[in-house]
Amino acid sequence: MQHIRNFCIIAHIDHGKSTLADRLLEYTNTVSKREMMAQVLDNMDLERERGITIKSHAIQMNYVFQGQQYVFNLIDTPGHVDFSYEVSRSIAACEGALLIVDASQGIQAQTISNLYLAIEHNLEIIPILNKMDLPGAMPEEVKDQIVDLIGCDRDSIIPASGKTGLGVMDILNAIVDRVPAPKGDLNAPLKALIFDSVFNSFRGIIAYYKVMDGRVRKGEKVKFMNTDNEYHADEVGALKLEMEPRAEVLAGDVGYIITGIKQAKEVKVGDTITSVVNPTPIAIQGFEDVKPMVFAGIYPVDTEDYEELRESMFKLQLNDASLVFEPESSAALGFGFRCGFLGMLHMEIIQERLEREFGMTVITTVPNVSYKAYTNKGEFVEVNNPSDLPDPSHIDYVEEPYINATIITSSDFVGPVIALCMDKRGTIKNQVYLTTNRVELTFEMPLAEVVFDFYDKLKSISRGYASFDYSPSEYKLSHLVKMDIMLNKEPVDALSSIIHRDRAFDLGKKICKKLRELIPRQQFDIAIQASIGAKIIARESLSALRKDVTAKCYGGDISRKRKLLEKQKEGKKRMRSVGSVEIPQSAFMAVLKLDD
Amino acid sequence: MAGIYIHIPFCKQACIYCNFYFEKGKKNQSLLVDALIKEIALRNNEITEPIKTLYFGGGTPSYLEFNYLENIINSVKANYDLTEISELTLEANPDDINLERLIQWKSMGINRLSIGVQSFFDSHLKWMNRAHNSEEAESSIKEALKLNFEVSIDLIFGIPNSTHEQWLSNLNKTITLGVHHISCYGLTLEPNTPWEKLIKRGQYPSSNDDLSAEQFEMADRVLQENLYEHYEISNYALKGKKAKHNSSYWAGEPYLGIGPSAHSYNLITRSWNFSDIKLYIESLSNNKRPFEEEQLSKENRINEYLMTSLRTSDGIDIEKLNELDIPVDDLKKQLTEEIKKGFVVLNDKALKLSPKGMLYADAIASKLFV
Ligand SMILES: Nc1nc2c(ncn2[C@@H]2O[C@H](COP(=O)(O)OP(=O)(O)OP(=O)(O)O)[C@@H](O)[C@H]2O)c(=O)[nH]1
Ligand code: SF4
Ligand SMILES: [Mg+2]
Repeated sequence: MQHIRNFCIIAHIDHGKSTLADRLLEYTNTVSKREMMAQVLDNMDLERERGITIKSHAIQMNYVFQGQQYVFNLIDTPGHVDFSYEVSRSIAACEGALLIVDASQGIQAQTISNLYLAIEHNLEIIPILNKMDLPGAMPEEVKDQIVDLIGCDRDSIIPASGKTGLGVMDILNAIVDRVPAPKGDLNAPLKALIFDSVFNSFRGIIAYYKVMDGRVRKGEKVKFMNTDNEYHADEVGALKLEMEPRAEVLAGDVGYIITGIKQAKEVKVGDTITSVVNPTPIAIQGFEDVKPMVFAGIYPVDTEDYEELRESMFKLQLNDASLVFEPESSAALGFGFRCGFLGMLHMEIIQERLEREFGMTVITTVPNVSYKAYTNKGEFVEVNNPSDLPDPSHIDYVEEPYINATIITSSDFVGPVIALCMDKRGTIKNQVYLTTNRVELTFEMPLAEVVFDFYDKLKSISRGYASFDYSPSEYKLSHLVKMDIMLNKEPVDALSSIIHRDRAFDLGKKICKKLRELIPRQQFDIAIQASIGAKIIARESLSALRKDVTAKCYGGDISRKRKLLEKQKEGKKRMRSVGSVEIPQSAFMAVLKLDD
Repeated sequence: MAGIYIHIPFCKQACIYCNFYFEKGKKNQSLLVDALIKEIALRNNEITEPIKTLYFGGGTPSYLEFNYLENIINSVKANYDLTEISELTLEANPDDINLERLIQWKSMGINRLSIGVQSFFDSHLKWMNRAHNSEEAESSIKEALKLNFEVSIDLIFGIPNSTHEQWLSNLNKTITLGVHHISCYGLTLEPNTPWEKLIKRGQYPSSNDDLSAEQFEMADRVLQENLYEHYEISNYALKGKKAKHNSSYWAGEPYLGIGPSAHSYNLITRSWNFSDIKLYIESLSNNKRPFEEEQLSKENRINEYLMTSLRTSDGIDIEKLNELDIPVDDLKKQLTEEIKKGFVVLNDKALKLSPKGMLYADAIASKLFV
């Protein structure tokens, strides 16, 4: 155990975690030249296409230092806020963290929030000044920032570059020197913490864990304490680039286990694995439950696929513990699920993963945050879906969630950033100059105002020079109303939203206009209306399609035309009808695409 | 029944709405005709039954010089059985038509002209960048009729800023001239056409569906009153004058398409030559046909049948549906709304579109697709 080092790599988004991980894997010969590619640990197609890490990824390396063999378990983590639950679970399996800071960007919002997560868990922090090769690198200035933030010794900061390989040997040596070896009792009963899991269509369900005490042996009977199910350990082993079977995985080490688990529901991250013959009396304290930030309905495009969608969601949940869902139904969309996400990117990724990994095309409805309504009778109602909101006549008052937002930006953009936050109903709480030209601003803002397009706006007004992080603060009284959308007088429940009263007219107008663009013309006129209660606040009309016919259909046209109509037929299947109006999938997300 | 289509990809100038495959000028005609002749010979094993119809389309076949046309026809004669041929059509533009040419074409066996008139108004012709004027439009028809050609003309409706009076006048002139067959096309905005570019630059108005829909209904009414049968969505004919070659497309009969961009169909596959004159010439100089093809699944074939037959006045044949194992009741259920609105008429022989229903033919066909 003295020769094991467990550490994660944490940083603000894009500061070079995955690239530095590549170098560590390369210098330790964990990944062969042939297998090597940029950000090799980002092995999901979605990660590669988007150039960001979505999943934490654990991998084992061997390293010889001063004649001693060491085993390193590295966990590369994502930087985006929406995936912070990945970071917090990884941290639970480690004793150390490489805190990467981009030398040209300096400390950013998630540098701070991820650092705090690591400090809370008493991880040894190794600060690394990355991207030193960039002409814009400001090593001295950023070192000052790091020293200020962690209060570390200036010389303990390792200058590095994931691009050129600068500092990689120093990092490897520092991991041996500075990260403590795991503690644990090899002779105590087995106690292992599940920190991640995945569904594999060939192997079934695979759980990743860190052994705290004892050992996991192939062929033994193990118990998952939380669910109280017993399994046969069919295969255990280490996580290399591929899984590497072993006879046993010992205390202090990180590994995987394959059992005959059939049901995705039976595996929960945070659960403890123990031995059936010699069980541990107390389970490890698991993880805090995730608190979703946004909720939206997810419905199968084809109503018949509801059961399959449920199965797919459970399987996806194995690999994304931050996804929560429960069944709901909608008059417009049929049966589906109300899902909670950590943010809009998370929601987008879930939708994409359902499609790519499980072949489930889904309709996602307008997202909303979670409100608290109090009725005249003093009852409390949690509102995760606009339809949960009681009738206005029964409502005493409604509260909405607020957040504390931290924004770090260059002083040039303080004015526009404040203006943006005020426009989003924010109030400024604090303003601190980190250096002469870097400012940390703190705001209290309604969560509903930041989940949608806030981050894009912030980036554009600051030309990319602002980073943003937030944490929930409290619920506050707010003037909220439910806005309904009607098509030819029929309400479309999936298009209802809860919004601030002052925004209603403007938003109603924009939504009606957007729907007018997104709903294809049909054989009759369509009235699109937005209403609050019985009051119509906006309306648009879509005139009837007068013709839908191709002029020429000769020898050279038949094939192309048939394909076009076949595609149209497929497209129609994906539409939902309310009354006789057919609504395309895209319309249910209309609210997200409103431009000013 | 089998037919041959030959594509002549040359035009004098580009009409603004056109998305056919052609190039401006005819500097490549000699090389191209050599290649066409090679393809004609190369594929003579693909059809062994007698050819009933031969159709020169384009581009502008009338733009091709006489001797080239003759060489092509001779090579068709040499390679295929033309003993039963009954229709030999040439697409011709009014500006190419004169007595001398008409006599030459006649001598080659061409018996039907499809004349690209489009409109009898100079303002429309200019707007569309057609190469002819209204006078040529009228005189070419008269000459062709005089020489006993079977004459079909193309007319375009729904031209932005055109009036219903102008459209009515175009229809009446056609009727008065005694044209045998009329193709009426609603002007359609196609991608990558000069028109689309002009619209994007803000220099031209876009298409107008309301105008088109109204003028479509005018044509249906006026031409039927004058004994033209509305036998396909865009086609009208006097008794016995339906286009045989084009009808064979809708009847699902096989055809051989020769020339760049031409499509072929042999009941099992559809194939199409690349739309690239250079590549076409080069490839055939090595006796290779440059083409792509697709195998038709049973569903594809059913869909093609539904799509094409729905466009004709005969409609979808109920007996044929039974053969294809498609329950008529299912179709009926899917079309409840359309039957109620009178877009679709169903009796025990056929399922047909009413003139109003024709305006939604694509939507209805796609609804019926399997
Ligand atoms: N010049 C330079 N570029 C680097 C270096 N390290 C990473 N990059 C680039 O920075 C971008 C982000 O790198 P990643 O390694 O994906 O960053 P990350 O921190 O893993 O990003 P997330 O996981 O999405 O938070 C990529 O374009 C890399 O090529 C470096 O040392 N020097
Ligand atoms: S003459 Fe015919 S093929 Fe040539 S550009 Fe005009 S419409 Fe197109
Ligand atoms: Mg990464």
